[in-house]
Amino acid sequence: MAIEGADLVKAAAFLGAGISMGLGAIGPGVGEGMAAAKACEAIGRNPKEAGLLTRTMLVGQAVSESTGIYSLVIALLLLFVV
Amino acid sequence: MTLNVHTWIGIAAFLGGGLAMGLGAIGAAIGEGYTAAQANYALSRDPKSAGDLFKTMLVGQAIAESASIFALVIAMILLFSDFSSGSLVTASAIMAAGLSMGFGAVGSGVGSGFPAAAACTGMARQPAMGARLTTNMLVGSAVCQTPSIFALVTSFILIFTDFSKAPVNPAWAAVMGAGLAAGLAAIGSGIGGGVVAQASSEGIARNPDSQKQVTNVMLLGQAITQTPAILGLLISFILIFKQFEATDALAPGIALLASGLCMGIGAIGPGIGEGIASSGGVRWIAKSPSFAGELTRTMLVGMAVAESTAIYSMVIALALIFVV
Repeated sequence: MAIEGADLVKAAAFLGAGISMGLGAIGPGVGEGMAAAKACEAIGRNPKEAGLLTRTMLVGQAVSESTGIYSLVIALLLLFVV
Repeated sequence: MTLNVHTWIGIAAFLGGGLAMGLGAIGAAIGEGYTAAQANYALSRDPKSAGDLFKTMLVGQAIAESASIFALVIAMILLFSDFSSGSLVTASAIMAAGLSMGFGAVGSGVGSGFPAAAACTGMARQPAMGARLTTNMLVGSAVCQTPSIFALVTSFILIFTDFSKAPVNPAWAAVMGAGLAAGLAAIGSGIGGGVVAQASSEGIARNPDSQKQVTNVMLLGQAITQTPAILGLLISFILIFKQFEATDALAPGIALLASGLCMGIGAIGPGIGEGIASSGGVRWIAKSPSFAGELTRTMLVGMAVAESTAIYSMVIALALIFVV
């Protein structure tokens, strides 16, 4: 099995895409979970504001999702563009 | 020095067996140590219930232990089985089986320690509620074991499937990716499920009347927390059972390995995060059961959002298998 340079580069791009999305998914997953746990706590303390709190939770989670989306973009770029 | 297939299979079996037991010992030891620490704390608060606390601690630790016993079983099979009829793919598969079980036991071992610890401290607070707390602990930590059982199933399939007809390249990478996907994905769900069960044991100790509601929501939360591990299992089954065309190039194989890594690592964060999200819901349903509706809704929405990155990982993993 002869390995050529282009083949090696392609293999590295695939591996990079997998690692990028894999590692990039850790932070948002944990962070969004913390946001949701605190939102539940806040609703438990002040149930009247459940709507506002859920909305705020979703906005906060959307922001912490952004790094996951960056990882997804980089993974897709490595797979299909580079 | 020439290395033939037999040598490679021997190397893979011994290395895989060692890694399975070495990695597999991490989680159970941490979980059981945490349980013992909390049991000591509980004992200092309520020395009169020493007998009950000791019993609960041991039962909880026994459940946490099961993940590492799975790892011991796989290590024994790898050390003493005869794989001599296999090919190079078999060597990769048994190595992957060891890695799958080793990583897969980490989360369940750590996670099962949490509800056992909370049951001990809860029993010191409310000795009369011992039976309810023990039931809840048993249910919660049993569910925590499911990710390690997924890893065990994957290991058995990898060990006992006949790969001798599969093309060496890229099948070696597919089976390795399968082992990593199932094993790594089990870490997050195991820990997450434990966090949920811990919150529920604490909640029942504070407010024993809420037990039914709390146990129900705990089971719901734990079930959703298992989904990243199930996605890992799905990717690993695809990698094991799909037929791949033989190739001379390196890239197709590495794409399959990367697919397994992507799904495995990507499932860790969502698993833990969903557990944290669900623990918030469970804890506050125990404090104010009358608002269970609002709390469950927010908890489920939060968990769904935390799941999203696991889905991205699955999309990339599937793209690596089927598109590129």
